Amino acid sequence: MNTRHPGLNLGAHHGAADDAAEVEIFGFWVFMMSDAVLFGLLMATYVSFLGATHGGPGPQTLFDLRSITVQTVLLLTSSLTMGLAQLAMKHEEGTRRIVVWLLVSLGLGGAFLALEMHDFLSMIDKGGVPQASGFLSAYWALVPLHGLHVASAGLWMLAILGQMAWYGVDDGVKTGLLRLGVLWHFLDVVWIGIFTIVFVGGLA
Amino acid sequence: MSVKKERRSYLIGYVLALILTLPVLGLTASGALPRGTLLWVAGVAAVVQIAVHFRFFLHIRLKGQTREDLHLILFTTLILALMGGGTIWIMADLAARM
Amino acid sequence: MTPDILLGRLDASALPWHEITEAENRLQLLSGIVGLAAALLAVVAALAVAAILTRRRGWGPLWRDWATSLDHKKIGIMYVVVAFAMLARGVAEAAVMRLQQALGADGGGILTPDHFGQLFSTHGTIMIFFVAMPFLTGLINFVMPMQIGARDVSFPLLNSVSLGLTVAGAALVMISLVIQPFSTGGWSGYPPFTEISFQPGAGPDYWIWAVTLSSLGSTLSGINFTVTIYKERCEGMRLMRMPMFCWTSLCTSILMIFAMPPLTVATGLLALDRYLGFHVFTNDGGGNVMLFANLFWLFGHPEVYILILPAFGVWSEVFSTFSGKGIYGYFTLVLATMCIAVLSFTVWVHHFFTMGQSADLNAVFGIATMTISIPTGVKIYDWMLTMYRGRVRITVPMVYAVGFLFLFVLGGMSGVLLANPSIDFQVHNTLFLVAHFHNMLIPGTLFGMIAGYTLWFPKAFGFRLDDRWGYRAAGLWIVGFILAFFPLYLLGLMGMPRRLVGFFEEGWLPLTLAALAGAGCIVLAVIALGVQLAVSIRRREALAVPVGDPWDGRSLEWALPAPAPEWNFPTDPVVNGRDAFMQLKRQGGHLDRPEGGFGDIRVPRESAIGPIVAVAGTAAGFALTWYIWWLAALSVAVIVGAMIARGFVRDAWRTIPAATVEAHWTAWRALADATPRVRRSDELRPANRGHAVPAAEERST
Repeated sequence: MNTRHPGLNLGAHHGAADDAAEVEIFGFWVFMMSDAVLFGLLMATYVSFLGATHGGPGPQTLFDLRSITVQTVLLLTSSLTMGLAQLAMKHEEGTRRIVVWLLVSLGLGGAFLALEMHDFLSMIDKGGVPQASGFLSAYWALVPLHGLHVASAGLWMLAILGQMAWYGVDDGVKTGLLRLGVLWHFLDVVWIGIFTIVFVGGLA
Repeated sequence: MSVKKERRSYLIGYVLALILTLPVLGLTASGALPRGTLLWVAGVAAVVQIAVHFRFFLHIRLKGQTREDLHLILFTTLILALMGGGTIWIMADLAARM
Repeated sequence: MTPDILLGRLDASALPWHEITEAENRLQLLSGIVGLAAALLAVVAALAVAAILTRRRGWGPLWRDWATSLDHKKIGIMYVVVAFAMLARGVAEAAVMRLQQALGADGGGILTPDHFGQLFSTHGTIMIFFVAMPFLTGLINFVMPMQIGARDVSFPLLNSVSLGLTVAGAALVMISLVIQPFSTGGWSGYPPFTEISFQPGAGPDYWIWAVTLSSLGSTLSGINFTVTIYKERCEGMRLMRMPMFCWTSLCTSILMIFAMPPLTVATGLLALDRYLGFHVFTNDGGGNVMLFANLFWLFGHPEVYILILPAFGVWSEVFSTFSGKGIYGYFTLVLATMCIAVLSFTVWVHHFFTMGQSADLNAVFGIATMTISIPTGVKIYDWMLTMYRGRVRITVPMVYAVGFLFLFVLGGMSGVLLANPSIDFQVHNTLFLVAHFHNMLIPGTLFGMIAGYTLWFPKAFGFRLDDRWGYRAAGLWIVGFILAFFPLYLLGLMGMPRRLVGFFEEGWLPLTLAALAGAGCIVLAVIALGVQLAVSIRRREALAVPVGDPWDGRSLEWALPAPAPEWNFPTDPVVNGRDAFMQLKRQGGHLDRPEGGFGDIRVPRESAIGPIVAVAGTAAGFALTWYIWWLAALSVAVIVGAMIARGFVRDAWRTIPAATVEAHWTAWRALADATPRVRRSDELRPANRGHAVPAAEERST
């Protein structure tokens, strides 16, 4: 089977949507790669600033590895459920199934964000504010940016759900969901970089 | 490909991702490994896990994939290595001389 | 001071006459008058344009036919209009700065140091981000889809949004002329000088948002062009058959995708420092100013090639078209372009050799830098060999091209000198550097852009540009450039630092005066370009080339009528080789009725999203600069809301019926039949109606 673009391919029986997807998702994937450079540089900044704690609190005091583990599992699971939503769309298993899997993914993403927010607040409590040091500035520039991406993806999912309510699962919804899926999986990949470099790298 | 097969592929990816993540986090928490070793283990696990995500979730394959997708990923990897590696090198060099 | 809820930190001190009313001495008064005059000029120009539009009832057409249009050709033209408008300001500022340096001996002159600092900051920011970038983006937009046989770019709406972001950035810089001040931190905005502790005012914030907006626009343009070239080529247009301009467009676009993120990271982190008290680039708190230089030049060096590669593409088209020959060494040119694109990511440290890293590190980047001269040299030889034994016609683009060859090689040599870290230490931060990069960017990029503008203008508007004024402008540009910048090499070697508002070294004066004369010539050159446009519009009947092939062109865009219709090609083109249109002309089939007849054509429907992004983007940037938080939140909400609403739009396309396409083609065909074919010797005469005798045929008869 030939794949026409990154992410799940709808296959020829989806006709125009599959054709449109080739160009649209290639374009979106290029955008993701550009975004990857952005994250890569912020990670490099973080690595350069690991020692720049300037007398402020460091990784050992601030990072809660248990919470990070739960967040990672939440995000990975949401990638699975997002994949299941897309499979339901590809194999035309009915709108209900797509919506259910999407809502599960949204819930998992929301739980991830809630936990992340909780971590941020407890860091602030411990004096881990961005103004405290170069190290913390680099942390706060990188990790919340990923969270912001996740939140935007959630907002986008709500917009697509709105489109589904309006038009049903039409070509626009299909290519939209394929792109959203690519973003979702891409954010997982970025998270792998973040937990390895920021948390494991910081605590090691 | 049938729905079942595809669904199983996602599940395999998910399980592999967990296998590559949780032990690394456990090792970090336990502090059983020296810093250098742990960083190597974590780095290799991360690279493999990214490959897993590309393979099972983003469906990127070495064969049958449109050529430009592969070009793009390889080029991005090159750029990330140049920019990220270069930044770390330069900043470390400067720090060492300060 | 806590910001006002409604107006943020905006108050009377931002008004353009503030410097005059607060003046304490003659210099401050003069400087204030210069600033006020500039602000008035900008306001009067804007009002004049608005008045003309109102009088000619132009607002409706401006909105319907231009602002909301998603046609790649119109978007391209609008980019070029932005570039020319900003060029006028950039050149005027350059002239004022040259005047200051000529009068500035012994503490004289007309500008305060602060005002001078704002001038070189806006000049650099404008010339790079709002002249060179929009000009090349406009040319690629206009030409590339036609050259690959496509109907439009892959994402027409995104194209309009990119334009909107660029316009928003340009608008912010223009607003800073009236609601002052702009940054004094130079176009590269180095902290700690641009940090809040050194420049607490609005200046650096204007710079941050203008640059960030334009950088986002360029990233999106790069994505759009790359996808277009990969996915929209017509049947038979293999990569290795694309015209050179498409190759350089592709490489530039890829550079845009990967080089803009570092800039966004740099300006974004600087914004976090300034707005939220982060310590990324501060001197205290564990920040590191050197990281900014690193991030900025990770963008800045590839940016140099983003600017030069499209010009290389134009030169390739110009040399081959006006030599009546296919390009020499096509394969080596493609390879050289790709080498330059990759190497451009490996040399950024040469912009800060003196920052304090070890000599070994500098050596690596010095050698990498010198390597770039190899593929560039290959290109120079290929162009010269394209002219060799060709039938060279010295048209206006060729004047620029020959000027480019001589001057660019000199500039390149000074670049190889600078690539050596030990020499760089000597001339670092002097006018030698200023001379070097102007020597690359004026004869390289700007001449290339003007040559491209002259070459493709007939395709956009249906008539040629007047060549007499074209020659005058080209001559003035070349002479002006030499006069303005060669003295700077000498001044740099004599030790004159860059960005100097005044000096006490008498020996420098003759050379600063010569440079002032050069700047005067360049001002005249810009005026000559304006006169050329006016004269050409007046003589448009005599200069008309409606059949569409005024230069005996080689690539597909010349197969279309001038101006080209919205849908570009009446039927999907099929090509069998390089120089596709020349091949077709030689076989004599280029006027044949398309086989298989005409069909309906789908074109993108107009959309207001682009202009909405432009307005909301400007408002957001302005609001953030002046701490007007409600407006910032509102503008961002408008942009997000527009994007969500757009997701619900389903009828994004409009159909041009086959009958319309056929009628248009038939009329064009009748016109071509009725138009006598013209030889190259009559190329610049009114006899040239755009119907060429192909070179091969001309030689055999």
